Amino acid sequence: MAHAPEAHAGEAHAHAEEAFIWKYVFSKNHRIIGIQYYITAMVMALVAGLLAMLIRLQLAWPARDWAFLAKIFPMGYDAGGGFGVMRPEFYAMLFTMHGTIMVFFVLSTAPVSGFGNLLIPLQSGARDMAFPFLNGLSYWTFLVGCVVILTSFFVGAGAAAGGWTAYPPLSALKGAVPGSETGQTFWIVGMVFFIAAFTMGGLNFVTTIINLRTKGLSPLRMPMTLWAMFLVAVLGLLAFPALIAACIMLIFDRHFGTSFFLPTGLVLNNAPMLGPDGKFLHQGGSPLLWQHLFWFLGHPEVYILMLPALGFTSDILTNFARKPLFGYKSMVGAMCAIGGLSFIVWGHHMFVSGMNPYLAMAFAVGTILIAVPSAVKVFNWLATLRGARIRFNTPMLWAMGVVSLFISGGLSGVWLAQSAPDIQLHDTMFVAAHFHLIMAGAALFGVFGATSYWFPKMFGRMMNDTLGKAHFWFTFIAYYCTFFPMHYIGIAGHLRRIYDPYQYEFLKPLQPINEFITISALVLGVSQILFFINFFWSAFAGKKAGENPWEANGLEWTTASPPPHGNWPGAIPAVHRWPYEYANPDFPKDHVMQTEPLTAAEQQEKAAEGPSRHEH
Amino acid sequence: MGKLQGLLFALATVALVVLATFYFTRTWLPPLKSDRAAIDHAIWLSLVVTGAVFILTNLLLAYFSWRYQDDGQTRAAYWHHNPRLEWAWTLVTALIMCTFLFKALNLWAEVTSPPPADAMLIEVTGQQFAWNVRYPGPDGMLGRTDHLLASQENPIGLDKTDPHAADDVLLLNQLVLPQNRPVRVQIRSMDVIHSFFLPNFRVKQDAVPGMTVQIWFTPKETGDYEIACAEHCGLGHYRMRGQVHVVAADGFDKALADAAGQ
Repeated sequence: MAHAPEAHAGEAHAHAEEAFIWKYVFSKNHRIIGIQYYITAMVMALVAGLLAMLIRLQLAWPARDWAFLAKIFPMGYDAGGGFGVMRPEFYAMLFTMHGTIMVFFVLSTAPVSGFGNLLIPLQSGARDMAFPFLNGLSYWTFLVGCVVILTSFFVGAGAAAGGWTAYPPLSALKGAVPGSETGQTFWIVGMVFFIAAFTMGGLNFVTTIINLRTKGLSPLRMPMTLWAMFLVAVLGLLAFPALIAACIMLIFDRHFGTSFFLPTGLVLNNAPMLGPDGKFLHQGGSPLLWQHLFWFLGHPEVYILMLPALGFTSDILTNFARKPLFGYKSMVGAMCAIGGLSFIVWGHHMFVSGMNPYLAMAFAVGTILIAVPSAVKVFNWLATLRGARIRFNTPMLWAMGVVSLFISGGLSGVWLAQSAPDIQLHDTMFVAAHFHLIMAGAALFGVFGATSYWFPKMFGRMMNDTLGKAHFWFTFIAYYCTFFPMHYIGIAGHLRRIYDPYQYEFLKPLQPINEFITISALVLGVSQILFFINFFWSAFAGKKAGENPWEANGLEWTTASPPPHGNWPGAIPAVHRWPYEYANPDFPKDHVMQTEPLTAAEQQEKAAEGPSRHEH
Repeated sequence: MGKLQGLLFALATVALVVLATFYFTRTWLPPLKSDRAAIDHAIWLSLVVTGAVFILTNLLLAYFSWRYQDDGQTRAAYWHHNPRLEWAWTLVTALIMCTFLFKALNLWAEVTSPPPADAMLIEVTGQQFAWNVRYPGPDGMLGRTDHLLASQENPIGLDKTDPHAADDVLLLNQLVLPQNRPVRVQIRSMDVIHSFFLPNFRVKQDAVPGMTVQIWFTPKETGDYEIACAEHCGLGHYRMRGQVHVVAADGFDKALADAAGQ
């Protein structure tokens, strides 16, 4: 092997101080890499959030002259004659890139790559990830993807404009939409880098969790966050190859004359697309093939975003409820069921795509079934709260927010899972409401909760609780005001991805609601400044945190904040119980650490029940 | 401070329930003008059942966050397992979902069933950014099309040498439909994917190049309605709009001739 010998974590902490560049820039330390991922995702979120604000301005006041925006985005607005009206191609670019960046570069990255790297070794009792060099390589590959995606705004006719789903032929024919020129190529290349990075990360996650767990940490003693990380890594490894294959085929269709996704007989602008031989240039491809491949990834991907948030929520909720997690085994089972079912539901994105109606029936079955494990999770959380002693610190507010959003967003899924109602609701704002509440909202709130909860393990300091609460309330209320009304306009028929909805008579009456949504969205956007201030101020000047500031039970709370290189200065502690032992009346303290050996009474009880009946 | 946060969360959750319920009673689908009332009913049933669950779970969440706050003295209940309760709510949820599934599959079978024999044939071809509508004319047969023949004057590539083509009636962004007679619509596309959406008729079907997809429905009320494109198809997607005119069955031929003569 060409590269330097791996700084294997076990002995690395004994080494002499490394140079800054190797310690904090080209680092192989899981915590540093996690923070790098997290901060990169913050930058990408800033970009994608800004795009969302422009989308919202357009939907509320489509014909308005935005002279100052025309100065900032000269390519996006018609500046001539004193008019600063947005161009339709710019609008298509906005929603395409907003979706792409948010789904992949923010909400897959921050919870999975960010917190996964930070927490997996700490929660499983490992010195570092299994392959530290691969881990660093994964981050830098991801960063190349980010740079490519951001660069795409400035090439040729602008960034990709075929929607984040990039359906061909729109995304394959350069003349179909301006973004399908160079912008779409950059989009594909950026995605390929992203997927390569995510695959390296996923391999690392799975290997670490399977092989490097400390003594006693059996699967049924793992915290829900660790379970979630394991499952999303497996989902990613199984699902992303379909998208990378599709991306490569799309590149070939665009540049090398193949016809994977392009059927015979394409006529663009009333001119048949002919090859030099007078026959159609493209022969025999299927646009639906892309949709199948895209959504084969796309649906598991939704759970890749969400499962970590559900894991964080279980960990945070129990801690601040000071009460054990209700139904731990069914929570694990529900997560596994959601992960498994997520592979047989992708066709619900395609009920009206023209695929065989019998196929739609099969996908409706899987989709409706996935409601059962999802409901079980909500009931378990509610049961956890019953009889609790809740401390409403910032992390708890976010966790409660996830429960709330998971209920609100999950229920509309039952509507959409039924294929016939989906005929009416498909591609309307109802769908936008649904996935922004459940997928984006739950993931975002989960990340905010995890940030305030595990901040001590990132930077050794606490975030400011008052500022955190203010940020929560602005975000929570503005989030609901932004996305809940989208149900109403969606039911009324408001389409997605539409530059000027008021071209349609039946959508004209919806403008006041759109204005309300836009104002809420602007408040939501501006509120995030509170988070940025709190994050960076606290990272440098926050109150110093001890080992276990939240009186939690997990392994990550048995070492210093932040953990030293190698995570534990001495031997790695062994685990004797599950991480949710709160409020046990047999103990003097209201929480019992995972590392606390079993008492004589517990050992007796365990022996009486036989081996392995009770893991916790 | 802690007490206040729990109370606020409870109030916010109750406010969400009240406002969401209030606005759901004031919003509904565009007025129904076709025979697909069963879709509206399924959406209504979804609203009622999920609405009940929404109210119930949120009220529990509000109650728990207000009621079970840390008092700094007593401990939480040590209660984390109840197989009977867990099985009960799993099975009840599964039962409700199976009921939904059963109804949904039946409804889907009905909506996607083959059209009645007397259904009137219409072809709709999407292109950037217009809907080309074609009726077979008196001979009841659509003329042959060949995309190689497509041009500015002949956007769908109609083969005028085909005897069935002569009497075909072509409309642009207009659809004339007879009241109370089933129509089957063959949906195609020349270039990218579009989606043929009739909001008042509960009809939506992607128009995919290389494929012909057939749907059918029955218009029930006369009047003028809109056609929308529901799939992002490029710059002009937002103005890919058309009109549906539903006319009484006996005035249909004249209405179609008038529309074609415009």
